[in-house]
Amino acid sequence: MSQYSVRPGPEAFLPPAAASMGNVLPDPGQAHINGRIVPEEEAFAHGARVFLSAKVPTIFPGPLVLWAWNEKAKRKATAIKHLYDTMKECAPKGATPMLIPMPDYRPKYPKINPEVEINPNHPNLTIWHNKIDACIFVGVHCHQANLSLKIIRGGTNCYTMAMCAQAGHEDACLSFRDLTVEKIMHFAEWVKKLKGSVEFNSIAQYTNGART
Amino acid sequence: MDSHSIIGTKNKKGQVFTDPHHLFFEAPRIPSFFTGSEVIKEAIRRASVDLMVAYPITPQSEAAALIGELYAEGYVTDYMRGENEFGVMSECAGGSFGGARVFTTTAGPGTMRAMENFPMWSGARLPIEMIVTCRGINSPLSIQPDTLEIYFLLETGMLVWHAETAQDFYDWILMGFIVAEQPDVHLPIAICCDGFFVTHTKDVVNLTPVDMCLPPYDPYRSPVPCMDMECPPVRMMRDPFVMKSNYISYATHASWQQEIRAAIERSRKHTIPMIGGLIESENTDAEILIVSSGTAVSQGREAIRLLEDEGLRVGLVKVKSLRPWPYHEIREATKHAKHIFVPEFNVAGWMAREIKATIPDSDRVIAGPHVAGGMTMPPEVIVEHIQRSLGKSVATLAGRGS
Repeated sequence: MSQYSVRPGPEAFLPPAAASMGNVLPDPGQAHINGRIVPEEEAFAHGARVFLSAKVPTIFPGPLVLWAWNEKAKRKATAIKHLYDTMKECAPKGATPMLIPMPDYRPKYPKINPEVEINPNHPNLTIWHNKIDACIFVGVHCHQANLSLKIIRGGTNCYTMAMCAQAGHEDACLSFRDLTVEKIMHFAEWVKKLKGSVEFNSIAQYTNGART
Repeated sequence: MDSHSIIGTKNKKGQVFTDPHHLFFEAPRIPSFFTGSEVIKEAIRRASVDLMVAYPITPQSEAAALIGELYAEGYVTDYMRGENEFGVMSECAGGSFGGARVFTTTAGPGTMRAMENFPMWSGARLPIEMIVTCRGINSPLSIQPDTLEIYFLLETGMLVWHAETAQDFYDWILMGFIVAEQPDVHLPIAICCDGFFVTHTKDVVNLTPVDMCLPPYDPYRSPVPCMDMECPPVRMMRDPFVMKSNYISYATHASWQQEIRAAIERSRKHTIPMIGGLIESENTDAEILIVSSGTAVSQGREAIRLLEDEGLRVGLVKVKSLRPWPYHEIREATKHAKHIFVPEFNVAGWMAREIKATIPDSDRVIAGPHVAGGMTMPPEVIVEHIQRSLGKSVATLAGRGS
């Protein structure tokens, strides 16, 4: 059993990949929170609490859902927009939910415009510029998502989550796997269900946990 | 293509796309008498390979030519000949970038010539399968077995498995595609065997039915876009980060490398149930252990039998996967041993170094015996090495003719 707990940073000059520390991905029906394997439902509730406790909860949709390359992608995009609308509807006063796309993976020179996009090669710029304290990746190719998640963990204090269509991401603080339209909608239901029950700007309780 | 929905349907040769678990563990097996090279052909016949690229000069294995026959028969979709080994591996990359299941074979100096491509394959997350029928790499050349080339592959970011027998080889060629193509792994895989000993000798191998084959590769599960159309016509290389000299550019590259190593670690979860663990062990409560991979394990088994006749009990650890490295498994299997012998078919003793770096009290590891350049390793040589190391006076096998 791994002892490595995946928490928001800033962690290190070059933090390790969680898989190399012994963390394993969840099996179908499971998710992970900080590297701990949990039933998926527990992660939905935890993720919704994180988002509702954050000042700038942000969705980062990637190319797999931004581009209408098949019918499933279109339906996922619609569901993500619904999740964003739900976050805006349920966010406590003072919170600023955001939806910032990761349209492609090319390194951008001299630098990206962090107002309008996030890039996997320097995702910290978008996190810092917008003071994002909780985020969720969805529709990002797994390799690029892992790169981004680890760089964010290394240099920022943002709580990272991932909704992965494949096997999940150890480098996120919380990760789902086998993403479907129904799971995105279910996450939105949890956000709605917990509206008003979470203390605003209390995300520190999730970020300052001691590493075990 | 959704590889799950295609299960149960037939390919153009009438083979049924079969669930891999059923194919490997439940389907009937047919005992057959084949050389290792012929075993490669029979595995590829059942592997739904889209593209084989060959440089058919290698005398180490007939596999490249035999798979050419498969192409002629219609079991392999496309077959190309590279103008040299570097060209072969580059063409493999092109095919894999395009979403094809790609297979190739190599050995010895050809592997070395192509070396630049292997970290490129892993960095680009291309799940190409490459058979390495190990032979000598140095001048003067040898077509006989020598496992030094495996050492050069260990840090390329590829998965590396080392087969002992033709049966291992057959099973792992098929299983290797399934592990390498998992979306959380998605790395190239080198399936190695000791050339000549495995490739040119005949053995009974239990084959899966010829009318069953693997489901096709599904490139849409790749962790990277299978082909990048942002910059027409296509971009084969991922963007280099050296175009900007700052901390984050370099950190991105470092994170990229870490992700490749992480993917190797993730492959454990898929590899262990597939090949029955990263190691196999026998009698690990013995004070003396032989630990090795490939045909050195076979010779170790015979040495153990000879030593038992002399009243000496010796255990065995067969290392099947070199990447991922069975760190915890080897520590556990060797915890009781006072003397750990590592016979190898190379002069460098890389396996002994890996084991020394893995276990506590590494002075328990006694590297050797070593043979190289195509020498055989008679079990008596292992026996002699063990007895001499234990302080017993023994005559050397090399003096028998005098």
